[in-house]
Amino acid sequence: MTDTPAIELKGISKSFGPVQANKDISIRVMPGTIHGIIGENGAGKSTLMSILYGFYKADSGEIFINGRQTQIPDSQAAIAAGIGMVFQHFKLVQNFTVLENVILGAEDGGLLKPSLAKARGVLQHLAQEYELNVDPDAMIEDLSVGHQQRVEILKALYREAEILILDEPTGVLTPAEADHLFRILEGLKREGKTIILITHKLREIMEITDTVSVMRRGEMTATVKTAETSPEELAELMVGRKVLLRVDKTPAKPGKSVLEVENLRHTDSAGVERLKGISLKVQAGEILGIAGVSGNGQSELLQVLGGMKTATGTVRVNGEEIDLTGRYSDGQSRRARGISHVPEDRQHEGLIMPYTAWENVAFGYHHDPKYQKNAILMDNAAIKRDAEGKIERFDVRPPNANLAARNFSGGNQQKIVLAREIERNPDILLVGQPTRGVDIGAIEFIHQQIVALRDQGKAILLVSVELDEILSLSDRVAVMFDGQIMGERLPSETNQTELGLLMAGVTQMPDKDKPLIHVVDEQLDAQKEREAKRHGHS
Amino acid sequence: MDLATLIPVLESTIRLSTPLLLACLAGLFSERAGIFDIGLEGKMLIAAFFSAAVAYSSGNVWIGLLAGIAASLTLSAIHGLASITFRGNQLISGVALNFLASGLTVLISQNWFRQGGKTPTLTDGARLSEWHLPFADSLRDVPVLGPIYSDLLSGHAPLVYLAFALVPATWWVLFRTRFGLRLRAVGEAPEAVDTAGVSVVGLRFAAVAICGILCGIAGAYMATGLQPFFGKEMTAGRGYIALAALIFSKWRPWYALGACLLFGFLQAVALRFQNIDLGAFTVPVQVMDALPYILTVVILAGFVGKAIPPRAGGEPYVKER
Repeated sequence: MTDTPAIELKGISKSFGPVQANKDISIRVMPGTIHGIIGENGAGKSTLMSILYGFYKADSGEIFINGRQTQIPDSQAAIAAGIGMVFQHFKLVQNFTVLENVILGAEDGGLLKPSLAKARGVLQHLAQEYELNVDPDAMIEDLSVGHQQRVEILKALYREAEILILDEPTGVLTPAEADHLFRILEGLKREGKTIILITHKLREIMEITDTVSVMRRGEMTATVKTAETSPEELAELMVGRKVLLRVDKTPAKPGKSVLEVENLRHTDSAGVERLKGISLKVQAGEILGIAGVSGNGQSELLQVLGGMKTATGTVRVNGEEIDLTGRYSDGQSRRARGISHVPEDRQHEGLIMPYTAWENVAFGYHHDPKYQKNAILMDNAAIKRDAEGKIERFDVRPPNANLAARNFSGGNQQKIVLAREIERNPDILLVGQPTRGVDIGAIEFIHQQIVALRDQGKAILLVSVELDEILSLSDRVAVMFDGQIMGERLPSETNQTELGLLMAGVTQMPDKDKPLIHVVDEQLDAQKEREAKRHGHS
Repeated sequence: MDLATLIPVLESTIRLSTPLLLACLAGLFSERAGIFDIGLEGKMLIAAFFSAAVAYSSGNVWIGLLAGIAASLTLSAIHGLASITFRGNQLISGVALNFLASGLTVLISQNWFRQGGKTPTLTDGARLSEWHLPFADSLRDVPVLGPIYSDLLSGHAPLVYLAFALVPATWWVLFRTRFGLRLRAVGEAPEAVDTAGVSVVGLRFAAVAICGILCGIAGAYMATGLQPFFGKEMTAGRGYIALAALIFSKWRPWYALGACLLFGFLQAVALRFQNIDLGAFTVPVQVMDALPYILTVVILAGFVGKAIPPRAGGEPYVKER
């Protein structure tokens, strides 16, 4: 290993209007290593990498690749410099084949035939070398997310990238797929490639990186050897103060059954059955966590229970059946029954972004008599007073009720929604992705609020794609796959591997000698095939 | 119906399908690249006028054709500027250009020729001559195949043969060349093209320019081949029918050929059979004239099935953070 860094950034600064996304950032990434960049949302990680990939131009600063100063005005230049990037949201053409996606922009000449033939050979070779197996003739839309990600990596390798940047690569993967991805990355590292891994998950940093750089509010706060640090220290560097990584909670004392769901079915507007007979029960004073890879029906389950979608089946709240299709199947009726809903997509379903915090606090509860001045007018002063109280109790920052919702950070937006729903003292709280896009400091607070509500004897249905969150918060865990519940486990009696298999629809522990990823691959491919048949193609 | 009545109908089907096909392929290039173009009509119209006017003034139909293409390309450039560079709404830009073409052609024509918006009738070298295929005369007497070759396939303007040759050419460009791969990609996922280091703006302008050239040829054919003059609003909604054919064909070149032939056939039938006497009552000529348009609506409403347009169609490309 040489002393010349594969990448060296010196004094990179970048502003978007008044917001300084990167402040005087310097970093050295050594060749043949996996370098993690960790930081909260909005810390500037993605901006920094977009500068390196030529998506943005830095206001000031210098980039050195293998010791040579390099200008990267566009993606073309980045590719020429040997940099490949796997974006969080894949940049693939859905109705092109794998081969077509791989050669797009890197064709060898005016005609496609020779390029496609060459790519087929290269892909075969890469598949063997790095366990990057994908059918070269498959349409992207027919591939599972994990396979689509492999195509993105293949795209970069086909362009002979020596430096690979991955932006939050595990967000959409099952744990087995994530493990497989890490194996691929280890393989690439062995071949001398340099890898930059951007993530907000401490576990991944500890598991796979050699070096880790921490970013906070646009600044690089530290670069340390992974072996010489701990999750706690990294969290502190990210947030700027000590944070509690484990959720402090006592064992649940479940009471009577509050929410009972039987054989719930929902078919979406495209005619695809999203819920295929869900049955579950949540008791007072417990948190039922629903784990699963996003897109397996969890969103629809929350939306049906929250009154945003209709369904067939039976749902009982405190023993009384509720309306699932008729005129009392709306959100208003659900709130009247004591169901509060913190939706997954807070920016579209939880808040109206251009409206102020105090207006948002009243939404859904604007019929509340205490918000009315008389028969016609609302009492805005009363709403504002109420909102200010909630903002204070939920530690919303900045504590300004007149600010538009969009001007708060993700974590503080979530606190506004939580304050509105929790302070209504519901019997049941439906909560989806409570900490998606939320900074670590706020995660701690939000988790505490959810546990506190449980301890008051409320029933909580938690949906999250973050397995760590499910395991640390839930008293019971149900795993959803393809619109069905694959099984229920106690957090103390299960582990990530078992849940991960359930998330891929594998209910039986496979043979010892069969690699897990093959089992998961087969299962996910089978699901895709069923879907394709339903849509009537291929 | 015997061959003698069928051949003239089919012969005019070919002629009437030609402008539809050219416009439809024009739209195909543009929309496959993600730029919806409702302005096919306006581009054809302005090309029709300028080709006829310049052909008349110069006495050379080919100079007229170039003028028509140039006029159509000018409108394409405006559409590109509005919808690609300035990320405006593509439908509004297209509609505006249609209005512009409709007004401008009549205004200039009246000012120039003072014939109520019409151009004078083109003669000799100012209009497209017909191409006679080899041996057309000597083979005429061969039964069945003779008339098909000599009367149906032979004797059209060169632009007709060009239009039909463009179908396989378009297919080949789209599906066998690097340019085609990138063009289709930019209409489906411009972000994939951008991150691959290829210019989204460049590709889209190229597509819009091809669209302009083909619309120019379509318009020129109408005013120098199909008719020997330009008349007010002479495209008569053909740009919209071409759009309908484009949807009907699900943005595929060979299907586009089929769709345009079908719509052309409907127009030919309406022209050939004006008042149809059904004994008890007579189907009036207006019904026959309206038939292609009515059937367009019926076909689009009922027979298209699931047509999936290019995914990024109509959306200006903005780099994401």
